[in-house]
Amino acid sequence: MAGPMKMRATLSGGNTDVRVLMSHPMATEQQTKGKPHFIQNLTVKVNGKTVIEGEISQAVSRNPVFSFRLKGGAKGDKIEVSWLDNKGDTNKTETAVA
Amino acid sequence: MNDQRRGTLRLAGALALAALLKPFAALAAWNQAAFASKSSADALKSLGTASAESSGQILIEAPQIAENGAVVPIEVTSNIPGTTSLAVLVEKNPYPLVAKFDFKEGALPFVKINAKMGETSDVRVVAMAGGKAYQATKEIKVTIGGCGG
Repeated sequence: MAGPMKMRATLSGGNTDVRVLMSHPMATEQQTKGKPHFIQNLTVKVNGKTVIEGEISQAVSRNPVFSFRLKGGAKGDKIEVSWLDNKGDTNKTETAVA
Repeated sequence: MNDQRRGTLRLAGALALAALLKPFAALAAWNQAAFASKSSADALKSLGTASAESSGQILIEAPQIAENGAVVPIEVTSNIPGTTSLAVLVEKNPYPLVAKFDFKEGALPFVKINAKMGETSDVRVVAMAGGKAYQATKEIKVTIGGCGG
């Protein structure tokens, strides 16, 4: 079920802008008659170190897009974003800061 | 000892531990109580941020009028020094709490998300900084709701 993810990380004004897209239905209770399917947890890591942990609900839009900002950063830093949904599906993507 | 009882005990232990760790949001923990709350007051209580002080240092950037309630871009920045978490709530959604982010060393307290909004509502952002809660709200008008589908 885990569709592709896309991510871009760029240096901007001394900080790192991260933009990540996840393919996920993010189906609400109302849409599924009580069997929602949505991402619950997401984690952002820089060079293996966790910097952001998010908990999200079914009220996040379908195929969610998130933007984050990291302090400093350098070209080539490895950014990893992973998610876990309420059915135990998981996916992750990795990119280097450009 | 039967297995079911053992499992129940283990689950109870895990829940107790989760309750202890809640303010720090352990990895892969999901605050069931806060996300299942049907009012933002209850959700904030479950997050441990019930009494938040209004702050002009929390910026909410979002359209005044969202044509499509299924995708409402909401950008949040906290200029409060030492902000460690941001929670976004849509007051009139069936479950107001949309998302909560914990920022550790190396991350700036900024996030942009796309949220679903059932109807015109206030969006409330609660930031935690130095153990204190701060909040800001902004009204977003919705012309077509996005929760029913």
